[in-house]
Amino acid sequence: MKELSLNILDIAHNSVKAKASEIIISVEESLKRNIVAIDIKDNGCGMDKDFLSAVTDPFVTTRTTRKVGLGIPLLRQQALDTDGHFDISSQPGRGTEVYADFKLSHLDRPPVGDIASTVVSLISANPSIRYVYTHLTDFGSFTLDTDEVKEQLGDIPLNEPEILIWLTEYINENLQSIEGGKI
Amino acid sequence: MKSLEELRAIKAKMQNNVQLRGVDDADSVVRVVVGMATCGIAAGARPVLNKFIEEVQNRGLKNVLVTQTGCIGVCRLEPIVEIITPTGEKTTYVKMDADKVSKIVHEHLVNNRVVEEYTIANADK
Repeated sequence: MKELSLNILDIAHNSVKAKASEIIISVEESLKRNIVAIDIKDNGCGMDKDFLSAVTDPFVTTRTTRKVGLGIPLLRQQALDTDGHFDISSQPGRGTEVYADFKLSHLDRPPVGDIASTVVSLISANPSIRYVYTHLTDFGSFTLDTDEVKEQLGDIPLNEPEILIWLTEYINENLQSIEGGKI
Repeated sequence: MKSLEELRAIKAKMQNNVQLRGVDDADSVVRVVVGMATCGIAAGARPVLNKFIEEVQNRGLKNVLVTQTGCIGVCRLEPIVEIITPTGEKTTYVKMDADKVSKIVHEHLVNNRVVEEYTIANADK
């Protein structure tokens, strides 16, 4: 993956497949702490202990098209390659949380990339899911809660193209104001 | 800076000017399905998806629904996009990028002509 935002998109799709109704995506970029951290938490079906302990193995997957699943192993590898950390926790019936952090100054750290596109892609695929996306930097924080967007929109679907394009601009403007997505 | 309240104005405009897709016209909807599994995402599916959304909006194509799916099964040809007509005819486009999207929207979605050179049938020629 060229950007961390693509990893986020990929991992969040696991939450969608786990039938989550709520997905919380948190990104932190801090020069002061020399860290980029991402966290994806859902209230989906979760995993049992055996599957959880095996899930970082590329040859373990729920997909049926073939016997390789690379999403989680790729993220883990990328985090560990930059002196970062990776953690995954899950409880059957409760949900799953995937966390990865990266040493900001590490040469191999991928850029954060186009997070707005990632969030909007997720909304467009599954507008019924509640997404709460928070972005924290040294300069401030920004939160987008799709429940608040729905409050404004009423019966207009969230995945109308005009709304999606507006949301992309909205996220990018707010990220610029806290200088998010720059590193 | 934009605020969420602006959505109310967009909502009002959409309710006035735009015929929203209803359940009753599901029969006439052309579906654009973008493969968004790990393989697709890594190969560049996200800009392809966003370009479709942008083009559909810019051209005001009301009968087109852009959706996503998981792994289609031919990872080496990702990003893959399937276009499915209301009658169920499916065209599979492979190795997609944003430039190809513009052409496919113009030729296939607007003028109903399949862009043969981008289809899976021509992938290995």
